[in-house]
Amino acid sequence: MEEMKKRYLERMSAQIRKTALETIQTAGSGHIGGSFSIAEILSVLYFDKMQVDPADPKRENRDRFVISKGHCSPAVYTTLALRGFFPAEHLKTFREITSDLSGHVEMHVPGVDMSTGSLGQGLSVALGMALYGKCKGYQNHVYCVLGDGEIQEGQVWEAAMAAGFYKADNLIAVVDNNKLQLDGALDEVMSPYPIGDKFKAFGWKVLEADGHDVEQLSAAFDLAKKSKGQPVMIVADTVKGKGVSVFENQVRFHGGHPTKEEFETAYRELNEQLAGLEGQR
Amino acid sequence: MGEKISTREAYGRALEEFGADEKIYVFDSDLKSCTMTAYFAEKYPSRFFNMGIAEANMVDVAAGMASCGATALVHTFAMFAAGRVYDQVRNSVAYPGLNVKVVGSHAGLTVGEDGATHQCIEDIGLMRTMPGMTVVVPCDGHETRLAVKAVLEYKGPCYVRTGRCALDNVTDRFADYQFELGKGIRLTNGKDVTIIACGLMVQESLKAAKLLEAEGIHARVIDMHTIKPIDRELILAAAEETGAIVTAEEHNVIGGLGGAVAEVLSTARPTPLEIVGVKDCFGHSGHPEELLRHFGLAPEDVAAAAKRAMARK
Repeated sequence: MEEMKKRYLERMSAQIRKTALETIQTAGSGHIGGSFSIAEILSVLYFDKMQVDPADPKRENRDRFVISKGHCSPAVYTTLALRGFFPAEHLKTFREITSDLSGHVEMHVPGVDMSTGSLGQGLSVALGMALYGKCKGYQNHVYCVLGDGEIQEGQVWEAAMAAGFYKADNLIAVVDNNKLQLDGALDEVMSPYPIGDKFKAFGWKVLEADGHDVEQLSAAFDLAKKSKGQPVMIVADTVKGKGVSVFENQVRFHGGHPTKEEFETAYRELNEQLAGLEGQR
Repeated sequence: MGEKISTREAYGRALEEFGADEKIYVFDSDLKSCTMTAYFAEKYPSRFFNMGIAEANMVDVAAGMASCGATALVHTFAMFAAGRVYDQVRNSVAYPGLNVKVVGSHAGLTVGEDGATHQCIEDIGLMRTMPGMTVVVPCDGHETRLAVKAVLEYKGPCYVRTGRCALDNVTDRFADYQFELGKGIRLTNGKDVTIIACGLMVQESLKAAKLLEAEGIHARVIDMHTIKPIDRELILAAAEETGAIVTAEEHNVIGGLGGAVAEVLSTARPTPLEIVGVKDCFGHSGHPEELLRHFGLAPEDVAAAAKRAMARK
């Protein structure tokens, strides 16, 4: 990957985190941990890989994206705003009664392809979109991001079976393997491991990537797009709350709200990261 | 009268008849020869997907297709269509308002010998409490065909309830019969009491009206094929003109057609009401006709309820 593009995607990742945090702070609540763990994934998808057009958000044969872990709306809405689907100013209305930006992702927001929130349903929806694309002869891809705790839901494995069976090779999913869920560590609450082997058994091509390394993610998506006859699962090794020392690997920040001091630390660290990336431009 | 035909069989034939529209995609969960999507599958194999015994995935795959512009229809037994995948239908179909039709076959007691685990008596209630959902319960083969056409033309979430047993066609004998979603149909024009029914209880109610006629009681029979949105005007007119109402459905007495009618009457025009249905208990194995009689859904039961309602005028 070109150095310039790499820096750009890293900068957008940091910007997603900072803007998502501002959004959560203004709203008074919102899911930090899982939003921060997918910042690079969203950056690489929306600022490099996905064929979408903010000027024509409903184009039929566009690439589509389903955030199956719909509670990570702060990251998704922020990404869409930064990508130009709606003004960033609008993020200030997040979770307000008069706003279309609800706590979980909703499809009447420009750029959102499907409403999600009830865990375990997004992969099936993405499969439906992928099968539709195949029926219509589109050359598009459908991307889906799942939480690692989310794959405890049985429906995910129904979808895994069906996607393998129907050879949905235009379906590219990512498991955000940040290793924490609401009640604690995955392997203490209910271990879904090994993740990759399970999808392989259902006929998927399985790739692994450091979910915070934009080059690795980019390479994985490029390889995934070449898949023939198999849906692709990218198991992304991530850190919940990534990018801010006081948020990282803290179960509390699945849905909890930071203190004033924690916000200050977070902005200081994120601003430093952004300044560092700007300096290297 | 013609042949006896189940509403699921009529459904399958109608889906094949109106299936040429390229927007239509049909999903089944290993029940195509029961829900009768087999006809469509045979004729339009490229737009038919068997999803195996995995109803939750089926509903959401259909939702994904509908989000792209498809008219997606999912099929399973009513028990699973309304119960097992309630969350999927609620959050991925009704909430985003997607054009998915959820079709539950083998509804009610008349699944028969398979017994209580498969006799869904809660689906009308479950589906109609969901915002944005249209709920349709056709009463015979003739009406089912017209309901399928209307549901396909309507853009938005629908629940369609069909049954297992072969039934007489009754609606084709009424010359001015016209099917429109949300508009109940006055089949007979009595003035003493009104029987509002859906599904196979429409023909049982017509039989009840005959029993009442023999006693000099003139019953109005309404075929309320759309439970939601319910036809308020027709209900209120019946309340005003006949002064007593009976509802009849192959469903729990809680939350179904009776509930929908009660909600209209109690808030707009309190009127004596009797609700004929399964009395908040589970079903049982048995022959369909035997079951209807055992659980109090025979024409005699409807007629008796009519007299009770009239006595309360």
